[in-house]
Amino acid sequence: MNAPAILDPANSVALVDTRLTVPGMRCAGCIAKIERGLGGVDGVASARVNFSARRVAVSHDPALTEEALVEELRQLGFEAQAVAANPLAQDDRESRTLLRALAVAGFGMMNIMLLSVSVWSGAGGVTRDLFHWLSAIIAVPVILYSGRPFFASAAMALRYRRTNMDVPISIGVLLAAALSLYETVTGGEHAYFDSAVMLLFFLLAGRALDAAMRNRTRAGIGALLGRMGRSAGVVQADGSILRLKAEDLRPGMVMLVAAGEVLAADGVLESPRGTIDNAMLTGESTPEHVVTGDLVHAGTVNLMEPIEVRITQTGSDTALAEIARLMDEAGQSRSRYVRIADRASRLYAPAVHSLAALAFAGWMIAGAGWHQSLVIAIAVLIITCPCAMGLAVPAAQVVASGALIRRGLLVKDGSALERLAEVDTVIFDKTGTLTLGDLRADVGGIGGRDAEIALALAQASRHPLSVGLARSLTAAGFKPAAVTEIRETGGIGVTGQCDGVDVALERPEASADRPQVSLRIGDRSSLITFADQLRSDAKQAVAALAAMGLDAGILSGDGETAVAQVSRTLGIPGSGGVSPAGKLAALDNLRRSGGFPLMVGDGLNDGPALAAAHASIAPASASDASQQAADAVFIGEKLMPVVLAVRVARRTMQIVRQNFVFAIGYNVLAVPLALAGIVTPLIAAVAMSLSSLVVVGNSLRLARAARDPVS
Amino acid sequence: MSVLAYLIPVALGMGGAGLALFFWAMRDGQFDDMEGAANRILIDDDGDGPGK
Repeated sequence: MNAPAILDPANSVALVDTRLTVPGMRCAGCIAKIERGLGGVDGVASARVNFSARRVAVSHDPALTEEALVEELRQLGFEAQAVAANPLAQDDRESRTLLRALAVAGFGMMNIMLLSVSVWSGAGGVTRDLFHWLSAIIAVPVILYSGRPFFASAAMALRYRRTNMDVPISIGVLLAAALSLYETVTGGEHAYFDSAVMLLFFLLAGRALDAAMRNRTRAGIGALLGRMGRSAGVVQADGSILRLKAEDLRPGMVMLVAAGEVLAADGVLESPRGTIDNAMLTGESTPEHVVTGDLVHAGTVNLMEPIEVRITQTGSDTALAEIARLMDEAGQSRSRYVRIADRASRLYAPAVHSLAALAFAGWMIAGAGWHQSLVIAIAVLIITCPCAMGLAVPAAQVVASGALIRRGLLVKDGSALERLAEVDTVIFDKTGTLTLGDLRADVGGIGGRDAEIALALAQASRHPLSVGLARSLTAAGFKPAAVTEIRETGGIGVTGQCDGVDVALERPEASADRPQVSLRIGDRSSLITFADQLRSDAKQAVAALAAMGLDAGILSGDGETAVAQVSRTLGIPGSGGVSPAGKLAALDNLRRSGGFPLMVGDGLNDGPALAAAHASIAPASASDASQQAADAVFIGEKLMPVVLAVRVARRTMQIVRQNFVFAIGYNVLAVPLALAGIVTPLIAAVAMSLSSLVVVGNSLRLARAARDPVS
Repeated sequence: MSVLAYLIPVALGMGGAGLALFFWAMRDGQFDDMEGAANRILIDDDGDGPGK
């Protein structure tokens, strides 16, 4: 192999692992390209791509820095960002525990069924007792191992004097196991080990589905996160640049911010002039021109040439930290939301428990012995155990979220789907949400040869305006012209030669309130202006929401005039110049007056509102904090996924309610049998599996829901 | 009926072996990257793959 000399065991050093998120990988070719490309770099021992999580784990020499790896990936054609050591480990562990419990329950269930079937088909006497003993030997450890997630959650709920779905489950399983043990020891006729273990198996299947859904979407969102810089290049005394993490920055340091980079701390500008994009922090779409001595804030983006900023405030003192504090407070209201399964169990658990107690008391009064009365009471508990109910919600939600992922919408968890179904008002942010949020060039004015030359020049530069221009021209169907001797001069522009004529993309002489570049070909020069455009389907999406009976409105931090223009185009009310605290107050007002607002926003300034809203959605281009606060993230340039999210969420809740009706209907039929004392373990097992299968089958119908064309 | 003395341990043993295999596969990370595994089959590997 081509192991670099540096990895020779004789002078080997301890290798370090770095994880990088690479959102751009799409196919097998990308995997091969990244692994081979990185594997060939000096100092890299191995590179392994995790395609599901869009990450690459690199094992390398400590001398190789993260920045060097990111640069290598950029040369391979992938945007990358180093991430903290496996932030998803926590969720991963939970779903692994559930999967192990599920496997053990499945193993126990199959073996016990094998023995039970013989008992049902007439084995008697010693054989039956032997089989009951064997079942007990398998079932007791299986129940103790696989039941732990339920027992732990039930114990937690009881400690706080609440009940949840796990309380009736735990009581049912434990009582069934205890009764069966007693029957086995005394040589009784029926043992319910199969029902108890089967119940655990189906319920664990529901839980594992729920966890799988959360993991899958979190991996997707995790790949999008971390694209924003949380570090800064600090200018050292000798003029060199040292990269420091945001928390290590101190007031007085001077940081060099490259074009397109996010500021990691508040500070004052040292360079003569600069252009700052405040959209993430305030919602303002027009870039702000700053000169030496002006205050610039963390979370804003440097649009033009590199600038130097002397840091005045870091960490918890920045304007960003104030927003984070508001978000923390706002998020607490949502944690009070009670999921539908727990709401159902609040009614269900007392009903089941009193029914079982009544059955026991009734049969005692009727003169049956305490043993027979107890058997009947426990049969009632087993038959009513919310097996189908435990699957009713997660089965529907996992199918729905899978369907939504294929349409570019990542819903974080089941509770988010439940809340999305309830919303009655939609509040949009403007910049980055209704609009695309990045600068697109108005290419209507240039065409033909000019456009091809402009594209060739723009492609050569990583400046935000060049990137925006290249994207707009490519989208308009232009191909780059053959331009030679391309040279980029920081702060001035890109120059080159085409057909013997000097061509250039330059900063215009006169500064305007909108970003512009000047395209010069020979002696001719023309201006190209940039603007933030509405998402192409914004109008249809708003109309579709209205058709679904949802009110819509705009709440933006941008100026009144810019908001008024968008609100006129879309025909919905809007207010501008709203501060983050103002957005939060507006949403709190809506909630207090009994509304269920859905907040759709991307900026840091939307963070508190996203956390406070009944449900929230953020575009994938949103700030990290906003994506974390939101219930769902949508990918792409269309706004339609927002409509689809509400539609599918409503459909999901409809299916969940059907599932509940079915599960309860089954209980209504089965409970009289149990009360009459004629439920055998066979009837319990058949009823349980049938009802679970019907619930899962009904939920699978949701796979089609997201495929329906959105009108 | 004495055949049960063999058959039941055999059935349990096979089930147990399957369970042990699943636990091993999970610890070994076989399920960490399902999409990636589906795609890797498409990589043209000329015996010089990164996985060695």
